[in-house]
Amino acid sequence: MSALTVSDLNVWFGVGAERAYAVRDVSFDVAKGESFGLVGESGSGKSTILRAIAGLVPTWSGTMVVDGEPLGRRRSKAFYSKVQMVFQDPYASLHPRQTVDRVLSEVMHLHGVKDINTRIARLLDDVGLGSGFRFRYPHQLSGGQRQRVAIARALASGPSILLLDEPTSALDVSVQAEILNLLVDLRSEHDLTYIMVSHDLGVVGHLCERIAVMQQGAFEEVLSVADMRRLEAKSPYTRHLLESSIKSIR
Amino acid sequence: MTDAPLLDVENLWVRFRTRSGVFDAVRGVSFTLGKERLGIVGESGSGKSMTGRAILRLIRPPGMIEADKLEMHGEDILSAPESRMRQLRGGRVSMIMQDPKFSLNPVMTVGQQLVEALRAHEKVSRGEARRRALAMLDEVAIRDPERVYELYPHEVSGGMGQRIMIAMMLLPSPEILIADEPTSALDVSVQLQVLDIIDKLVRDRGMGLMFISHDVNLVAKFCDRIVIMYAGRIVETCKADELRNARHPYTLGLLNSVPDLEHPRERLEVLKRDPEWREAPSVSARQ
Amino acid sequence: MSASQGLREWLLAEEPTSRRQARWASWYKGWLTLRSNTLAMLGLFVLAFLILAAIFAPLLATHDPFAQDLGQRLLAPGENGHLFGTDSLGRDIYSRLLYGARISIYIVALVVMVAPVVGLIVGTVSGYAGGWIDVVLMRVTDIFLAFPRLILALAFVAALGAGIENAVLAISLTAWPPYARIARAETLTIRNSDFIHAIKLQGAGPFRIVTRHIWPLCISSLVIRVTLDMAGIILTAAGLGFLGLGAQPPSPEWGAMISEGRKYILDYWWVATIPGIAIFAISLAFNLLGDGMRDVLDPKEDHS
Repeated sequence: MSALTVSDLNVWFGVGAERAYAVRDVSFDVAKGESFGLVGESGSGKSTILRAIAGLVPTWSGTMVVDGEPLGRRRSKAFYSKVQMVFQDPYASLHPRQTVDRVLSEVMHLHGVKDINTRIARLLDDVGLGSGFRFRYPHQLSGGQRQRVAIARALASGPSILLLDEPTSALDVSVQAEILNLLVDLRSEHDLTYIMVSHDLGVVGHLCERIAVMQQGAFEEVLSVADMRRLEAKSPYTRHLLESSIKSIR
Repeated sequence: MTDAPLLDVENLWVRFRTRSGVFDAVRGVSFTLGKERLGIVGESGSGKSMTGRAILRLIRPPGMIEADKLEMHGEDILSAPESRMRQLRGGRVSMIMQDPKFSLNPVMTVGQQLVEALRAHEKVSRGEARRRALAMLDEVAIRDPERVYELYPHEVSGGMGQRIMIAMMLLPSPEILIADEPTSALDVSVQLQVLDIIDKLVRDRGMGLMFISHDVNLVAKFCDRIVIMYAGRIVETCKADELRNARHPYTLGLLNSVPDLEHPRERLEVLKRDPEWREAPSVSARQ
Repeated sequence: MSASQGLREWLLAEEPTSRRQARWASWYKGWLTLRSNTLAMLGLFVLAFLILAAIFAPLLATHDPFAQDLGQRLLAPGENGHLFGTDSLGRDIYSRLLYGARISIYIVALVVMVAPVVGLIVGTVSGYAGGWIDVVLMRVTDIFLAFPRLILALAFVAALGAGIENAVLAISLTAWPPYARIARAETLTIRNSDFIHAIKLQGAGPFRIVTRHIWPLCISSLVIRVTLDMAGIILTAAGLGFLGLGAQPPSPEWGAMISEGRKYILDYWWVATIPGIAIFAISLAFNLLGDGMRDVLDPKEDHS
């Protein structure tokens, strides 16, 4: 059974004649334990798909099925304990007036987790932050550390699917490497399914097995990362994207 | 040629007085810039942006700039009066920044800003300024200059905004261009376009380019010479095509921690920051 | 290492080891920022001084503020043991000033407990809920915003009779709309932040989000606004007192004292001027403190 199935997803903003489609007729399947990437330029709709899955988008049509359960207008508590999201900007995804401890304990409290204290310590360990970080405020943490806290927060409810929205694009290159390594480790340790959005093909290539290339809200092509490395793409847009990425790093 | 180099910096320090002591953002940086493309690479906090701003004397108190030498084409700019600096900024040395959303004035049209940039440095009539602005927009590969001239910054895309920024900064024909992460906010395909434009203009006009970025591979591809900064100091300097032979562990670490599309690895190398790097003296990049 | 050094180190520790330490540390850092602002500290001292004077009025007063002595009327400051002289009924101005401080502070405290709180609730609910709730609440806010403070006070007093409580009620009713506006504006910005999305994704309901996540972020703007509004509130209360609508004689409310001293201003300037200086001092103190608070709570540049 696949972890996530999306069929004919359409997301729009605006009403009536002013309606603008951010996502058009998107369908894809993600198997359990797979890491699926969504790539494209800004405005291609990739982040919108993640938000639609998470329930943060009000106007959508189509079907989305998570672990056999179709998703409706609202998300249930059970959904939140299965699916979690890591946001792009580490400087905006933590409440500026809450310590790390407060953030994690609130999440666990909302999910009815027992013995919060030990669980927090273990979580921080899992994401590579020592106990010394537990009572810091976000402004006392670096970008990489904040992102680790964001990952810890996402893992607090014990989800099986993680939606990753450009988790490293706001980080320095060396910090990005640490976070990518962490994400790889966590995936194997906790048997997670990843759906990751990125504009960076190198990052996607490192973390994912299959990717979908998006342009203007629609899927241009779905290909395996192996094909991507060999620069074997069917659509000219994908090829253009691959070439630009290669040129800019070589 | 015994000309003074376009930019001559020796032992530049930029300090900030904070509640918990003095914070040194730039610690003893020395380099020269000729009619070449110099890349300055570093992560956030390395002091690379501060270096660019120090040259333009754009650092306000409580920041302090100190240097043994800070000269532009032989003229001392460390102690030059503010009025002279205003003439130099834009006229002799210009700066492009990362996000045109924040560096273009949102309440003026593109044309108004271009004309203002030009007339601040040269006495030209409005008609002449408009003509040159349109010509410049054409030079940065904007297809419909007359239409774009009347647009407001929020009506243009990121890539176009950045090209407008370049046009604005190069209109008064400066000798030096400082580009601080000019393509970081742009999509990959647009990045190359903008870089090509910068490349062409810098070459055609015989300018010196100081390209500041966190992307070491991009800089290696685009520049002639590279300077790697860490914790306010220069840790290594080399020619761009010799980057593969870099010796400093920080440089190697930066190169190796980028996930390469064509060469996958199980784990990415994580930089082990040696406190030694912070303490070692700054390498001079003077030529 | 002395105890105070140890405490300071504990407060400035890089890695706090408990919730309490983290909270105390951030209060301490805020205090340090405030302390570095001399004008704000001046405001704080003046305010502290006035509050203490009000609290210890019975001990500090030299005379009974209500005791009239027609044989001692209109004495100049310093005469006969009257520090600030006497008014037209022979009452000691200094003592009346001290007891009057109590009234001013009472008015301020009452308004602060009502207006910003109501404004916060209305503003955040309006901003977070959006839709017709937002429209209705904002139109109600507009209605109250349209009333000029003094006119509404007059209306209240005409309807309910003069007195401090009615004056406070009138002031509060016109003071809360700006807070609602500020709170709503903040909420609209915060509502779209990723950290709000993140807590929604944990199943948090609107009540929890508004009270535990949005309110803490609105509080700073409101506190700043309150301290800056204090001056206006005191002046309004004084104005009401001046018009005879606030505290009633023989109450030593500062505005009323100025009103009583009006007739004598040319020959016996101190009767009206000294309470006037007191009002000026407290307003200025609040203003300076408010500016300092803004730097602490809403820093534009990071000084740490």
